[in-house]
Amino acid sequence: MIDTKLLKNEEKAIFALRALYNSYGYLPFKMSKFEEYDIYVRNKDFLVSDSVITFNDTNGKLLALKPDVTLSIIKNTTDEAGCKHKVYYNENVYRVSQRTNQFKEIMQAGLECIGDIDMYDIFESVYLAAKSLDTVSPDFVLDISHMGIISAVLDGASDNREFKKEAVKLIAQRNIHETVSLCKEYGIDESNTNKLCAFVNMYGSFDDVLPKLEEICTDERAIKELSDLKLLCSLIDKTEYKNNIRIDFSVMNDMNYYNGIVFKGFLNGISEGVLSGGRYDKLVQRMGRKSGAIGFALYLDLLEELDTEKKLYDVDVLVIYDNDTDISSVNDKVKELTDKGLYVSVQKSIPKKLRYKEILYLCKEGN
Amino acid sequence: MINVALPKGRLGEKVYAMFENAGYECPAIKENTRKLIFENKEKGIRYFWVKPSDVSIYVERGAADIGVCGKDILLEYSPDVYELLDLNMGKCRMAVAGKKDFYDDGSRTLKVATKFVNIAKKHYASKCRDIDIIKLNGSIEIAPILGLSDVIVDIVETGTTLKENDLVVTETIVPISARLISNKSSFKFKTEEIEKIVKCMRDQVKTDD
Repeated sequence: MIDTKLLKNEEKAIFALRALYNSYGYLPFKMSKFEEYDIYVRNKDFLVSDSVITFNDTNGKLLALKPDVTLSIIKNTTDEAGCKHKVYYNENVYRVSQRTNQFKEIMQAGLECIGDIDMYDIFESVYLAAKSLDTVSPDFVLDISHMGIISAVLDGASDNREFKKEAVKLIAQRNIHETVSLCKEYGIDESNTNKLCAFVNMYGSFDDVLPKLEEICTDERAIKELSDLKLLCSLIDKTEYKNNIRIDFSVMNDMNYYNGIVFKGFLNGISEGVLSGGRYDKLVQRMGRKSGAIGFALYLDLLEELDTEKKLYDVDVLVIYDNDTDISSVNDKVKELTDKGLYVSVQKSIPKKLRYKEILYLCKEGN
Repeated sequence: MINVALPKGRLGEKVYAMFENAGYECPAIKENTRKLIFENKEKGIRYFWVKPSDVSIYVERGAADIGVCGKDILLEYSPDVYELLDLNMGKCRMAVAGKKDFYDDGSRTLKVATKFVNIAKKHYASKCRDIDIIKLNGSIEIAPILGLSDVIVDIVETGTTLKENDLVVTETIVPISARLISNKSSFKFKTEEIEKIVKCMRDQVKTDD
């Protein structure tokens, strides 16, 4: 029997997530720690950080400690009309942390749905993302956004690539003051400036945000993309997570890879997003395939930050014996205590760093 | 409770005055003590003083929900935070300065001394200018005088220090002012409180005209 008291947040999450993903027909996907470097170099911008740990294999081939899981999974699937490959994984990846600028081993769990995907798959992925967060803590927020809408509105405002690149950054920062200056600098008209500024403040419940979006999405392309988001919202509205899932356009992913719905999950008490995902048809197509794809990853190592009950003791009982103590009596005592569910440490003298609730001498005290 | 990281020093005091006028006072902060943390339970706000360049770290890592720091710090370290408001104070500019008689003819690598390595690199990369960065931690102005560098990239407020050292601004890279920033996750779970602070602070921002 597993004593769940002993499990860390991330370990508990792994067990719960495996059961969850299996129940929705996602199959486990196991991969090697190394991949050929080539696959990453061709899609460098897709990676969260572009530094990769590389080394030479015995035959001279350049290998990499995998910085990402998605690319390997795409490589392992094939296009099949009407079908989807649904897989989940629990893997370590090696990336440069943006905060510390040093390589870090990151434990990820997540799923990918690749193939002939439609609105059901998108909904399923968002729903499972919410459910994944809920397995860790019910106090979560899942923000969704739509790259298609942002891109349609930006294209409507200007053709300038530099402008669009900067505007995306500012929307992600909720930076209204600099969005105004940027629009001025690039000679964007008032109506489009107002639209972009509205985007900076575009967050909240579906009921709050969707009417505002309807006002902004006036051209054909934007209207079509919005209907996609509206349909998804109507599906989410019928679930138990309708109050946890919100729209927030500060959630962004690279437009070269992501096209439709993107999302990011937060847990109360953790200072950064713990889940990130979205639809990445463009990446799959860049790899020469016809399929669509959606997926997400949960960063399990961040769960360490969650408040858990602080342990006051390392063990319940510290048993002290000496050379004169009968060893079988030590063994009997330990068995008696552990059978009661207590944690026991057997020592000859009191270790300096060990915190114990009570001490039991099986020898003369002070020996 | 909203945790606010304020930059120690003159700017921080002005920023606190803004919070006070916005209705988020904490009288204890004005007592002359060595304490670093001050709380007004009734208003649900806790202030603490930190080194100005550390504000964004406290906010990015969630030890503070919001904070105030210069745009120079945000540009240099690119923390993953929301930038909610330009407070239009602590105004200065990030500029390139050199000796009066220095002329960059582009024929050799430009030696640039600065505290702001990333800003300087980005600026010259955008112009495809080959540079040799010299990272200094203070007294940047002395570098071109002693021939350590050709130019410096630094914050210029009034220009007095430059003038006294016979240096002149040759280029402005970007205008700088104090910004109100927020941790992204805190914003999700304390949306209403943070929005209210931003709204009250916005009313306190003095416009230029």
